[in-house]
Amino acid sequence: MADVSVTAGDGVRRRDFLNVAAVSFAGVGAVAAIAPLLVQMSPPADVLALSTVEVDISKIQPGQGIKTVWRKQPVFVRNLTPKEIQEANAVPMSELRDPQTLAQRTKPGKANWLITLGVCTHLGCVPLGIGEGENKGPFGGYFCPCHGSAYDTAARIRSGPAPSNLFVPDYEFTSPTTVRIG
Amino acid sequence: MSFSWAKAYEPKNPFMRWLDERLPLPRLVYGAVGGGYPVPRNLNYWWNFGVLAGLFLTIQIVTGIVLAMWYYATGDGAFNSVEHIMRDVNAGWLLRYTHANGASFFFIVTYIHIFRGLYYGSYKAPRELVWILGLVIYLLMMATAFMGYVLPWGQMSYWGAQVITGFFGAIPLIGEPLRVWLLGGYAPDQAALTRFFSLHYLLPFVIAAVVVLHIWALHIPGSSNPTGVDVKDEKDTLPFHPFYTAKDGWFAGGVLLVFALVVFFAPNALGHPDNYIPANPLATPAHIVPEWYFWPFYAILRAFTTDFILPAKLWGVLAMFASILLLFFLPWIDKSPVRSGNYRPLFRTFFWILVADVLILGWAGGQPATALPVAIGQITSAYYFAHFLIILPLISKFETPLPLPRSITDSVLHGEKQESAPAGVEPGTTTIAGEGSSRK
Repeated sequence: MADVSVTAGDGVRRRDFLNVAAVSFAGVGAVAAIAPLLVQMSPPADVLALSTVEVDISKIQPGQGIKTVWRKQPVFVRNLTPKEIQEANAVPMSELRDPQTLAQRTKPGKANWLITLGVCTHLGCVPLGIGEGENKGPFGGYFCPCHGSAYDTAARIRSGPAPSNLFVPDYEFTSPTTVRIG
Repeated sequence: MSFSWAKAYEPKNPFMRWLDERLPLPRLVYGAVGGGYPVPRNLNYWWNFGVLAGLFLTIQIVTGIVLAMWYYATGDGAFNSVEHIMRDVNAGWLLRYTHANGASFFFIVTYIHIFRGLYYGSYKAPRELVWILGLVIYLLMMATAFMGYVLPWGQMSYWGAQVITGFFGAIPLIGEPLRVWLLGGYAPDQAALTRFFSLHYLLPFVIAAVVVLHIWALHIPGSSNPTGVDVKDEKDTLPFHPFYTAKDGWFAGGVLLVFALVVFFAPNALGHPDNYIPANPLATPAHIVPEWYFWPFYAILRAFTTDFILPAKLWGVLAMFASILLLFFLPWIDKSPVRSGNYRPLFRTFFWILVADVLILGWAGGQPATALPVAIGQITSAYYFAHFLIILPLISKFETPLPLPRSITDSVLHGEKQESAPAGVEPGTTTIAGEGSSRK
């Protein structure tokens, strides 16, 4: 009854305040309860534990490459020939859709080791060109059979629908013949 | 729309009016759980448990859908996938503990809901179908809970599946082939696990559908109330919203608090350590019992130890199923026209004896199968059947009920009056007209 007399005027009644407070409190609780339902969708601990992988590169001759797996995605490790390095360095920056030099895409003193994700930046197919005898495309690097994106010998996008160069993951040489990716 | 004074939905906002003319969903909600559903004004806290059961069903479905995103229903992978959920999946431990304890809480609130109905005679005309649909929900819950308990594929899961499907083996002639058909093998294995998973995912949605029927049937006569007296006019009711949404919301908050305490501080208190051992078809755990909510039935199952015309095994299974089937006939077993136990002194006494009996049955069912618990289980099983088949019909025949209030409003006002009167002094002489007659 007390709030009836308070209501007589205008403005916020005590009851209104209590309503808003109670419903807000419950609302905050409900939102908090949704959090675990959403975070469970992120990669679990065992998937995150796969985030680094060591690769032995001692057997890869110049002109050869291998496909390895990092985070369940293909990684291309390619030992470029001097000719391929020369071709990559000869391209003017102005001709590139995603301008980057070969040096920016490799480690200092290791310009022959081109390590990129084998995932086309258009829609995620695996480009051809790393395996023996595969179509390397018009620019001698990689060629994506899905929609015809062509990459050069520095795995930079040169023609086709892909928006950017093949992604270079974080990696380091732990020894002259071992690379740790991730 | 149970009563003539139920308010019709009047959309104020033009969009809602537009929607209402095309799809009267807001009207349905308003009439079911909004201001358009009049509810007796005197409901006590025991009437909160139906909404709570709905809340826990929702929690089970939501957490279950998420757990199914990570669970593998394979004999080799099931146990490890559950451990993966517990250790590696983000918040997986929380989701699994919520689901496991949510099942227990679902049963706790449902048992209270059922005993509320037993005490206040909620099963009587015109609510017989509400009661029967409720029992159907309860049976579906038991099937769902059992199959869910099998999924982690631990020792208790495996042997639970073995024992429960063994019930069907008790049926004469077709029993054994039926059991093999249910399992898809001679013992629980991949086929059984996969079909249990499939059905465990399906049945909650069947439950939800029967809940809709349960509520629909309830909303025809409207809720019963602690006096058991029919609603007479508008004074006897309050709109569901805001009065009972507020009360249900407040009570749900309190129960969720208790639920959170269990989930966070005692998540395995209601479970069995043996279920953290992977299923081993070659060794049964020394002490095998079902989850606590099946203990009373487990005691009834074990109560038959010697063959009498039929094999003891068959008696046990028949008695266990009969103990629930019996409840379907309750509206016709209890013939007393008075609903509420508040006005039935003899019924009330025996109601509480029944509660004690079921609790003791539960205790007996949870004990190892040694002489004393089995003997106690036999006595309490016999009493359980005697209550419904002998005591209840006799009570409804010979009991003299207390005088009923003339109306819900009358009983409410009467109560307040007595409370405000000084101790030992009869409530004032300024009786409201008609109040005297209500206490004749």
